[in-house]
Amino acid sequence: MVARIRKFALPAILILVAFLFPAINVFLENTADVNLMYPVIIVAVYIMLALGLNIVVGFAGLLDLGFVAFYALGAYVVGWLASSHFRQVSISFGTTAVSITGGEPPGIHISFWLILIIAGAFTGLCGAIIGAPTLRLRGDYLAIVTLGFGEIIPRFFQNGGDLGGFNLTNGTIGIKAIDSPGFPFLPDSLYAWQRFGTLDLNPWYYTILVLVLITIYVNIRLRDSKLGRAWISVREDETAAAAMGINPVTTKLWAYAMGAVFGGLAGAYYGAFIKNIFPTSFSFNISILILSMVILGGMGSIYGVILGAIALQGLNFYLLPQINEWVHAIGDAVGSAALSNADVPKYNFFLFGVILVLMMLLRPEGIIPNRQRAEELHDQDPGTGDAMGGSGRA
Amino acid sequence: MTTGEATKTRSAALIDGIKSSTWGSRIAVVLTALLLILLLVEAGQEPAQFTSQLLIGLTNGAILSLVALGYTLVYGIIELINFAHGDNFMIGSFVGLTVLSGTILGLNLFSPITSGSDVLLRIVGVLISLFVAMVACGLLNVGIERVAYKPLRNAPRLAVLITAIGMSFILQNVGLVWKGPIQVPFPELISNANILPSDAIIFRWKDLFVVLVTVPLLVALSYFIGSTKQGKAMRAVAQDKEAAAMVGINVNRTISITFLLGGILAGASGVMYGLFNGITIFNVGFTQGLYAFTAAVLGGIGNLTGAVVGGLLIGVIGAMSDQYIGASWTPIVIFSVLILVLVFRPRGLLGDRSAVQGGGE
Repeated sequence: MVARIRKFALPAILILVAFLFPAINVFLENTADVNLMYPVIIVAVYIMLALGLNIVVGFAGLLDLGFVAFYALGAYVVGWLASSHFRQVSISFGTTAVSITGGEPPGIHISFWLILIIAGAFTGLCGAIIGAPTLRLRGDYLAIVTLGFGEIIPRFFQNGGDLGGFNLTNGTIGIKAIDSPGFPFLPDSLYAWQRFGTLDLNPWYYTILVLVLITIYVNIRLRDSKLGRAWISVREDETAAAAMGINPVTTKLWAYAMGAVFGGLAGAYYGAFIKNIFPTSFSFNISILILSMVILGGMGSIYGVILGAIALQGLNFYLLPQINEWVHAIGDAVGSAALSNADVPKYNFFLFGVILVLMMLLRPEGIIPNRQRAEELHDQDPGTGDAMGGSGRA
Repeated sequence: MTTGEATKTRSAALIDGIKSSTWGSRIAVVLTALLLILLLVEAGQEPAQFTSQLLIGLTNGAILSLVALGYTLVYGIIELINFAHGDNFMIGSFVGLTVLSGTILGLNLFSPITSGSDVLLRIVGVLISLFVAMVACGLLNVGIERVAYKPLRNAPRLAVLITAIGMSFILQNVGLVWKGPIQVPFPELISNANILPSDAIIFRWKDLFVVLVTVPLLVALSYFIGSTKQGKAMRAVAQDKEAAAMVGINVNRTISITFLLGGILAGASGVMYGLFNGITIFNVGFTQGLYAFTAAVLGGIGNLTGAVVGGLLIGVIGAMSDQYIGASWTPIVIFSVLILVLVFRPRGLLGDRSAVQGGGE
């Protein structure tokens, strides 16, 4: 009984803190004059992305360098289905969007909650379609193929403003004015929940919190499932796994598609939250940022990945601007114009590069390691496995 | 009679080959043939423009194939996709630019060499900048191998790949700090004028320059690998590291030399890219590196001739796509080639090492 309490105490406390966070934030705003709501929501989106990638990289041991593709697809699904982008048609269903002139607003406007499901299914399907022919490939080649897809999809969105006269993605301008999520059927007293606004971020926060909790739950359940054990065996030694009757390609395909679903869900939420999406916001750098989170925290470790996401986004939001000020102060003191005008946050990917190299050299299992993963990564016996587990060198 | 017999068996073998081929490869052959016919129809309409574009493609391809050789050399010997190689190429172009500017590490050594300089001075300047960039990139590549890849020699393959990606980002940010976030212009040292007498087909001095630099480098490389003792050692290590060590080959030194060669080629290629295109930018290594990697895979990674053939092909494909599809679609076309080759023919055109698990070797 005590062990059971101990096991659930930490997660319960963390979830409680997460649910009470808006109150804590109000307190912080009154006392220290800092509003953490916006950054925390972005961090939560990245936690979701990192946990999605964790299924692919951490559990199945496939290096995916194009995860941003699914994030972008999710965001564009919400852009297509909840904005006035397709002016040719006028479809509304359970939406919060209203037309100024009355009547049906132009474009497709579908309830955000339905779009979430559509986006998840769509990106999962895309993941399966992309994965099916490519997952036969060996680990490093697969990584490059995923990178290729991760480059093609945003570039396609960039060029998709005129596909034989059809405007699919509105090119570099992107899709603007995406509808807010909301529950239009609620009474007027719950105004903030009827249509999520930009002033009161609490509904946004609780939505992403629920999404993150679902992601964590699915991660845990997958890890402890039959499929999860199949992933471990394929990751450690694909040939042996195949000999035991596990189909490596289907097993990997499940991992790839599940990862894609969460990437798509996070993308759909982000698209609705940020309201305007551009193809340039889905670059290769984002894939690497998410990968760095998974690696810093610990591949396959759920606590680790969450910590990695918080740490790296915290770095982006707070530490780098702070360092920037210090550098400017030093520059002013020394009288060096180069230092006092330096834009440190611009070089954040230098830091992510250093993190990737140092983690791989010094602690490949991450800050909070998954025990099994750590043992695999320190296996000095070449010849077993091929993916992230063993080395598989000839 | 014997010749008739030979042709008969050859045609029989061809028919057998077609019969035993899979539907996937048949479709691929038909589609490729269709694309070629479409291209030839376009070419028939404006042959001069097509030829000029072909020449541009070949020149760009020559630059790419030097980078592709770096990928293929390293992959052949330690089976690592050296992701930082493209950024090494970028550093090469920056080093060349810095040498030409005459101001090195804040010291004003000589006045910048520009398009207005004397012809002899320009030639010397280009040669020196090529040389310095080659040395710098070669040493940089060796340094990266020592610091980042050597400690992971027995680690999982993907761990090393992640390290290489990290190094790539580090180099990219070094470039960002060094020359800033915008495109930097290269001086126009080599004339843009056409060599050929007619104006219809264009082959510029610049293109000639690329050919004049690339061909000797390729000859020297193939001599080094084919005929020197060190080259033999490289081939031995590529085949079997343990056996090579047993017969007294210094494996670590051989790997270092491989990285040195790759870096030297990337350095030369970087300077040529700058002089040829007139610009360079801190993230040029990412796209150009991926193109070059595509070239290496297309030719068959680990295969040196394959890298050159693949480089030329990718150069031509890029130029044709620029001309007939649109420049903004070129990256998509080339990345699609990468994916299609990896999925349908991972051995590449000339084939060497299998990318599919369990196959090859």
